[in-house]
Amino acid sequence: MINLQAIRVIYKYEMLRAWNTLLQTIASPVIATSLYFVVFGAAIGSRIEEVEGVSYGVFIVPGLVMFALLTQSISNASFGIFFPKFTGTIYEVMSAPISFFEIVVGYVGAAATKSLILGTIILLTANLFVDLRVEHPLVMVLFLVLTCISFSLFGFIIGLWATNFEKLQLIPMLVITPLVFLGGSFYSVSMLPPAWQTVTLFNPVLYLISGFRWSFFEVADVSVGISLAMISLFLLACLGLVWWMFKTGYRLRQ
Amino acid sequence: MPAIVQIQSLSKTYASGHQALSTVDLEIEEGEILALLGPNGAGKTTMISIICGIVSPSTGRVLVAGHDIVDEYRITRELIGLVPQELTLGAFDTVWNTVNFSRGLFGQKPNPAYIEQVLKDLSLWDKRESELRELSGGMKRRVLIAKALSHEPKILFLDEPTAGVDVELRQDMWKLVRRLNDSGVTIILTTHYIEEAEEIADRVGIINQGKLLLVEDKASLMHKLGKKQLQIELRAPVAAVPESLAAYKLEASADGCQLTYTYDTQGERTGITALLQDLHAAGLQLKDLKSSQSSLEEIFVSLVSAP
Repeated sequence: MINLQAIRVIYKYEMLRAWNTLLQTIASPVIATSLYFVVFGAAIGSRIEEVEGVSYGVFIVPGLVMFALLTQSISNASFGIFFPKFTGTIYEVMSAPISFFEIVVGYVGAAATKSLILGTIILLTANLFVDLRVEHPLVMVLFLVLTCISFSLFGFIIGLWATNFEKLQLIPMLVITPLVFLGGSFYSVSMLPPAWQTVTLFNPVLYLISGFRWSFFEVADVSVGISLAMISLFLLACLGLVWWMFKTGYRLRQ
Repeated sequence: MPAIVQIQSLSKTYASGHQALSTVDLEIEEGEILALLGPNGAGKTTMISIICGIVSPSTGRVLVAGHDIVDEYRITRELIGLVPQELTLGAFDTVWNTVNFSRGLFGQKPNPAYIEQVLKDLSLWDKRESELRELSGGMKRRVLIAKALSHEPKILFLDEPTAGVDVELRQDMWKLVRRLNDSGVTIILTTHYIEEAEEIADRVGIINQGKLLLVEDKASLMHKLGKKQLQIELRAPVAAVPESLAAYKLEASADGCQLTYTYDTQGERTGITALLQDLHAAGLQLKDLKSSQSSLEEIFVSLVSAP
């Protein structure tokens, strides 16, 4: 038996929250992405004409989308579960006849949906600036969906873990942002000195961006199979962690 | 018929080492109003939180309608509504949305007509489109009650429902509690206001330092532990209680016009006849006599302060 009503109201509630803060949820990432586009695409792009046969302005689009997806999935999902914990309204979820599975589907599902919508909007925005082509649309959608789900799940974990607002910002600021910038969002790894190329291989975000980029231009730093395996592994790890958290009542049930 | 809530050897020790509950056994009968009375930190909220699934028990178990609250939580939690002690509400949701959210969370299909009735009963209907942060404390309390009732629970827990509540809301609330109780809902409320327990409960449980000291029918509790007092008004004031009356441990009022005699209604002899004779022998003239029953408050204080 699954409490479908509970999933429905949590999902709806979270989507409504985005609707009420539309400017913050949609407009600000779109504006930020456009700014990156102007700065990296126009200013730097005028000096770097092509990367592996793709014009620089087009080359950075997948990286920009991933950057927005990662940060927004995390911030959205982490806030969605942190805020009820912070205000105390979480008592109601804890006392309701719902399993951890239903809670996760509701909160993470909504956060992932929002990220997916956002990713689509950013792609459409980018299309206004440059001529985009997508060689493997299905693979692209697969990467989008997997990324939205796994990083929303990761954000959910951060939201459960965080005991204050500072901790809530800590991992996105100190871990995710550097990993994205150093993961080849705005350049190809082959442009780096050989030693740094090896170091970059330890950055999980590299696999994500590389695979996603491959679906557009068939240009990749690592093979697309490895990319898919990595993101699936990350998704499984997050699922395992969130399952353990609910099993033990971590930070939720004393 | 078995009790609707069966609490068996329930203990809770928090990670901090604080023992909030120690081997509590309690059976709550279907359809009753039970008041749990105790000072702050007695363990009342912990007990409720365990039954509702917010806190895990350390040892012991709880059955609700015969189902284990841990293994069969879906069944037990659907039956329970909880009004928490703190005014924990979101800020930007509307009253209407938050109450409907609660109903869905507890697995019930939408039923706008029922929610409308709940809001009307709680005088919240006019506020249905208001955001929660705009509401006063009393209104927030009403919203919490509406949320707890949104899924038509069979058992309602009210944790300190009248803390910070004005007289009007308190009376509205007791009316609602009685009406719910008439329709078959079992009500458990915690309070440290003894008058509340006295006013509304069928049974009273007294809890202190994590232990359930006693659970008793309210009337029999007052009868059993109740002391009565006899106030004796004198025609002329006395400077001190005469020596010959020392055995009765009388208390004289400041002006010396009134003597108070305390006796146990359960005692074999109340000693009233002898006292009256001795008063006469001491030459005191009586103007009036009045007896009064001790309140639940006095019973409570004597229990809690007992070593």
